[in-house]
Amino acid sequence: MTSPLRLCVRRSPAPDAEGAATLVTVRLPSDIACIEEAVELVTRHCLAGHQATPKTRFRLQVVLSEAIANAIVRGNHEEVGKCVYVRAELFTDVIRVYVTDEGCGFDPSVVPEPIRPEQLDEAGGRGLYLIRKLVDAVQFNEQGNSICMTLRRP
Amino acid sequence: MGFTESRDATGVVMVQVEGQLIVGNRQELKELVQALADRGERRILIDFSRTGYIDSSGLGALVSISKRIREMGGELRLAGLNEDLRSLFELTKLDTLFAIAETPQQALASF
Repeated sequence: MTSPLRLCVRRSPAPDAEGAATLVTVRLPSDIACIEEAVELVTRHCLAGHQATPKTRFRLQVVLSEAIANAIVRGNHEEVGKCVYVRAELFTDVIRVYVTDEGCGFDPSVVPEPIRPEQLDEAGGRGLYLIRKLVDAVQFNEQGNSICMTLRRP
Repeated sequence: MGFTESRDATGVVMVQVEGQLIVGNRQELKELVQALADRGERRILIDFSRTGYIDSSGLGALVSISKRIREMGGELRLAGLNEDLRSLFELTKLDTLFAIAETPQQALASF
């Protein structure tokens, strides 16, 4: 079976103007069955050539899974014709990953904290909170349909 | 990626999560545990010794499963979480909601 993921890896002999030597892009359809493969693919390329700790690998896997799931389910509403775009910029000391969907976006500032006692019994609402806790920095574009997650390499 | 079900000598049903517990398979776990409850099982252990990572949908599924088992008068325990997996429960305060044992053996002994 042909993989529905479209992967492109560009390795430059020297860092670009911002200092990134490698750029990894993946386009995937809005299908939750593709998430695990996309996470493994991006994680493998992000950590290639570096001595990553198991903790870094784990964090990267969890936040990628969260961000891609949010993009497919909440952003694209699992619409077949819409895609999710993952772009990882790899620096010597930092991994920066953008996950972008084709939805209308949302306002991340109004997402409630899921750790309040009255929220603990809720089944949903922990994704963005987990991302914020597991990476070093999180930013959204103005439209709210693209998240940028930065992880420092140990 | 999958779930394996077994039963110990005392009648506790253990479900082992192999691979990831994420948005793509959390419904399968919910349905499996619901089927166990429907056939009268009331002591259920979920073992994460062979689990890579869990996303928030997986955590949410465990919350739903736990609620359902409690409503039916049963007990759900979790075991086998490594340091990274345990940190997800601690960060989300779900370690206060679940009975978590270090190992499946300790969980089985505590029922």
